[in-house]
Amino acid sequence: MTLPAAIKSDFPLLDQRFHGHQLVYLDSANTSQKPQVVIDAMADYYENANANVHRGSYELAVRATAALEGARAKVASFINARSSAEIVFTKNATESMNLLARSWAEANLSAGDAVVISEMEHHANIVPWHMLRAEKGIELRWIPIDGSGHLDLSDLDRLLDGAKLLSVTAMSNVLGTLNPIAQLSERAHAAGALMAVDASQYVPHVPTDVQALGADFLVFTGHKMLAPMGIGVLWARAELLDAMPPFLGGGEMILNVTKDGFTANEIPWKFEAGTPMVAEAVGLGRAIDYLSDLGMDNVRRHEVELTAYALRTLTERHGDKITIHGPTEPAERGGVMSFIYGDVHPHDVAQVLDQSGIAVRAGHHCAKPLMDVLNANATSRASLYVYNDKSDLDKLVDALSAVDDIFSF
Amino acid sequence: MIGLEDLYREIILDHYRTPRNRGELETPPARRVEGFNPLCGDEIIVYLQVDDSGVIDDVAIGGQGCSISQSSASMMSVAIKGRTVEDARRLIAAFKGLMSIHETEIGGDGSEAALGIELEGTTEDMKLGDLEALRGVVKFPIRIKCATLSWNTLAQALDEAAAA
Ligand SMILES: Cc1ncc(COP(=O)(O)O)c(C=O)c1O
Repeated sequence: MTLPAAIKSDFPLLDQRFHGHQLVYLDSANTSQKPQVVIDAMADYYENANANVHRGSYELAVRATAALEGARAKVASFINARSSAEIVFTKNATESMNLLARSWAEANLSAGDAVVISEMEHHANIVPWHMLRAEKGIELRWIPIDGSGHLDLSDLDRLLDGAKLLSVTAMSNVLGTLNPIAQLSERAHAAGALMAVDASQYVPHVPTDVQALGADFLVFTGHKMLAPMGIGVLWARAELLDAMPPFLGGGEMILNVTKDGFTANEIPWKFEAGTPMVAEAVGLGRAIDYLSDLGMDNVRRHEVELTAYALRTLTERHGDKITIHGPTEPAERGGVMSFIYGDVHPHDVAQVLDQSGIAVRAGHHCAKPLMDVLNANATSRASLYVYNDKSDLDKLVDALSAVDDIFSF
Repeated sequence: MIGLEDLYREIILDHYRTPRNRGELETPPARRVEGFNPLCGDEIIVYLQVDDSGVIDDVAIGGQGCSISQSSASMMSVAIKGRTVEDARRLIAAFKGLMSIHETEIGGDGSEAALGIELEGTTEDMKLGDLEALRGVVKFPIRIKCATLSWNTLAQALDEAAAA
């Protein structure tokens, strides 16, 4: 056991019953549950530190500003950014990706310029590029995936030829595949392109070092890493942020405004128009402390162990019926397991599991192009986090048998 | 307690196992309309052929989806085949009435009165019949969209036919 055995008791929400069964939460790739310390930190902010930030000269406002900037510093150190100035707070990963597209890409790409993404992207790393394609005539190129759920990089040189940006997920939210980001960064740079990383499924689960990854941009979202909904991050190298035009305009993001125009604020505030989500940032900071106390190496080890256990037990019990997508080797993947059970529709599988108190997601997981490649219109998906243990997986394996009781024909 | 047997009634599973009127019709004369449930990726294709007198003389169902969307489409095809367009519209209204029950009313004894609905427009010779089996779906609110997908698609097909 690499994480404390009693860890579940840190998460008040998990202590509930559904349909007469203890909740087994296996949908953390969708959103994670929150430890009491995060909930308390947010309440404490409102009880003791709330004021508008960067605006008041009184002590309380100083305290609120320190809370926001303190959280930013924690994020910077958690992903090994060179400075807090490289951490832009957004609402979620989707907004971070749109900021990248609307600011950097709009300023730097013109008709015919190529952006390279992969077939395993979440819609958040697809639709902004479709929008830019419609508006500016950029070209969108796709790295295919192979039969084992890995990126097929055999044609990467040609795909990168003349490209301005390579934007790829560090871990697939459907297949669990961990992609070779450091290698992709090198290849992108060698081709004269910049590297963006959708780390929404990576930062919560794997020790992250943006410098070692060699990336230029990296986005993630707080709610998948024990923090509240409503806070996300765009990290970018300071030189890039400095050169990028503002995204939204208004208060906070300016140094000066006259009748003739405005002077944008310094980074990162240049990209943070209006009153920010301070309590959510505080929650994110506290979640980072919690994860750091567990140790991200331990978090990763715990999930590799559990993933290996899940893959093994699911196959042992249901091998003739179950198809699990993605890499078979636990070290090459995260704890996201998309599966098809016989010819029962994923929606029905999820419904039957819910009756046993087990929460899994069924659907296309905001990755429709990937679904097309997999030739599925949906999958069931069980995904793990720090609070899951082997007993959760045993219950999943058992409850799947109930699907047969209803749908065996 | 609400149980899965409220949802997966035998007749529903029967239509799921052996869907009626499954396939395609030639277009034209038939009309082809697609419906999507973006939540789960389900997709229904309704082929509708209406004769000069306004009778639905043939219908076929394509696409893929869960047991609820597939069985609802199958039952719908049986219910409307050979009926007039007008009857089909009344049936759509009746079925959507059955599906639009507030959560506060859920958990009663399952009778019409307890569910607080009236199957308006359903005449003696046009009962919801097998479709009544889908009434349990309202106890599982996220599945209502599955059950109504084919009906919304049919409504669209009828609208398009009327406009043509
Ligand atoms: C890989 C990936 N990218 C982006 C997102 C979008 O996250 P959010 O909805 O918080 O913006 C998600 C989560 O749904 C995801 O799994």
